Amino acid sequence: MDGLLFLTFAAIAVGCAINLVLQTHPISSALSLVGVMGSLAVLYLLLGGEFIAAVQLIVYAGAIMVLFIFVIMLLNAGAEKRPTRRVVALWVSLPLLFTLIALAALLIESQAPRTEVVRFGGFSGGSALAVGRALFTSYLLPFEITSILILIAILGAVVLARKEI
Amino acid sequence: MNFFLLSLIKTAVVLFALLTTLAYLQWIERKVLAHIQLRPGPYRVGPHGLLQPVADVLKLLTKEGVMPPGANSFFYLLAPFLAVAVSLVSIVVIPFGPRVEIFGVQTNLGLTDLNIGVLFILAISSLGVYGVALGGWASNSKYSLLGCLRSSAQMISYQLPLALALAAPLLLVNTLDFRQIVEAQGGFWLGFFPKWNVFAGPFPQLFSFVIFLIASFAETNRVPFDLPEAESELVAGFHTEYSSLTFAAFFMSEYANMVTVCCVATVLFLGGWQPLWPAAYGSDYAPALLFFAAAATLFYHGAQALKTRMWDRFSFPVFGFVFLALGGLFLIPALQPVLIPLFWFLAKAGLLIFLFIWIRGTLPRFRYDQLMRFAWTFLFPVAVVNLLVTGLLVALTSK
Repeated sequence: MDGLLFLTFAAIAVGCAINLVLQTHPISSALSLVGVMGSLAVLYLLLGGEFIAAVQLIVYAGAIMVLFIFVIMLLNAGAEKRPTRRVVALWVSLPLLFTLIALAALLIESQAPRTEVVRFGGFSGGSALAVGRALFTSYLLPFEITSILILIAILGAVVLARKEI
Repeated sequence: MNFFLLSLIKTAVVLFALLTTLAYLQWIERKVLAHIQLRPGPYRVGPHGLLQPVADVLKLLTKEGVMPPGANSFFYLLAPFLAVAVSLVSIVVIPFGPRVEIFGVQTNLGLTDLNIGVLFILAISSLGVYGVALGGWASNSKYSLLGCLRSSAQMISYQLPLALALAAPLLLVNTLDFRQIVEAQGGFWLGFFPKWNVFAGPFPQLFSFVIFLIASFAETNRVPFDLPEAESELVAGFHTEYSSLTFAAFFMSEYANMVTVCCVATVLFLGGWQPLWPAAYGSDYAPALLFFAAAATLFYHGAQALKTRMWDRFSFPVFGFVFLALGGLFLIPALQPVLIPLFWFLAKAGLLIFLFIWIRGTLPRFRYDQLMRFAWTFLFPVAVVNLLVTGLLVALTSK
């Protein structure tokens, strides 16, 4: 059951990602990206990371992508014109792409130890409690530094926006 | 019993109840608004317009579906589907009652119990904006586009105070599971005062409750925050170009969102199915008494009906007997463990829905700049301070 769900949502994620590149209209591309985020959330859920799955949906699909789409609509960006493609480029790039993927797979296969294969349901540290405890005990310093970084980014955005008025 | 079969039965029951509620909610809203404005409201179809929802559904079904020229057909049709799907899904994590035994089968009243129920609701409600935004954009109309831009900005802005207001009661109950949240609110102070989160120590969540309600008005696009569909400026906002069933889908999603938000508020702040006062003081008889009082009112008005409303002499007593029978159901000991928690849950959620309608009949619409200023300069800081104070007090009082 888990394997079937994994295959389904992995296929949806990859399909959406390919669609994201192929679409000419920015809104279609943005929505494909939402599809990628959603299926990634399901994959996290399958691996036992329920908190991460929910946060993935809330932050990426619910906030960041909504802002993307908002900006696209506000600027009223239309469909892009496809550049005329060369047949040669297509025939050279496709084999190169497959070779790259095969090389990467080979490298991972040879480097990663066999014993660390992920099993569905084998990980139970993904609850909100476990994540919170890890963030506020073992990873307290990185967590706080990240919040300061984000605060600086927000302040920077406000300052930059102020200057234009 | 088979888990799959049980889930199927529960889903069918909840879906049927929810869809009927959604259809009749519109009748209730029109009636309440009409009485606020001193007019009778729907009156022609059936006694007191009770068959109006059926007539409305038939009307919408038989209307012609129009697609505006230049509309992006795929997204134009996807948007209402998305809106209604997202708004109906969130009901699955709401617990309606405790664990009960029906026909020898032990089950929880409610569809599922996620241990991240609160996060699930937040995630799903944050996806709700896509239906509105896509529908407005794909219609290829300036009113729709303005409506959907307003809606996106408004929903993102009000999601912040909403989430912060949600977080404060979670500090008190220490869990994200809706069922455990309700169970944590059981019991009474001094033997009679309910331990709901609105009244709970160390810091009563009254502020969070009010912030949550205000933000949820904006999240569900209801008056006074219904800028995305402001009739006086934008015709009908994001669904201007929609007709027939696609319009019905948007309409239904708005009501479904309202029901969900009221259920979440009930569970988080008003103690879910926990009664208002302990069973030792007779809270188990309250539902029956309430129904009997309603029946008596109906009998009285049926006997006093005006000459111009002769139909009432017949229809009022009939409904009176229906109410008597319903009240009688609450007195059967075998049904009490199921019906009484359900009654308390539905009574609280129903009161909140009535509040939504009441406010729609009372308050004028905000201006757009007022709406944004209110969210960012008042509601958000208040929610942050409320969360900090709650956190501080919880930290000081916990062992």
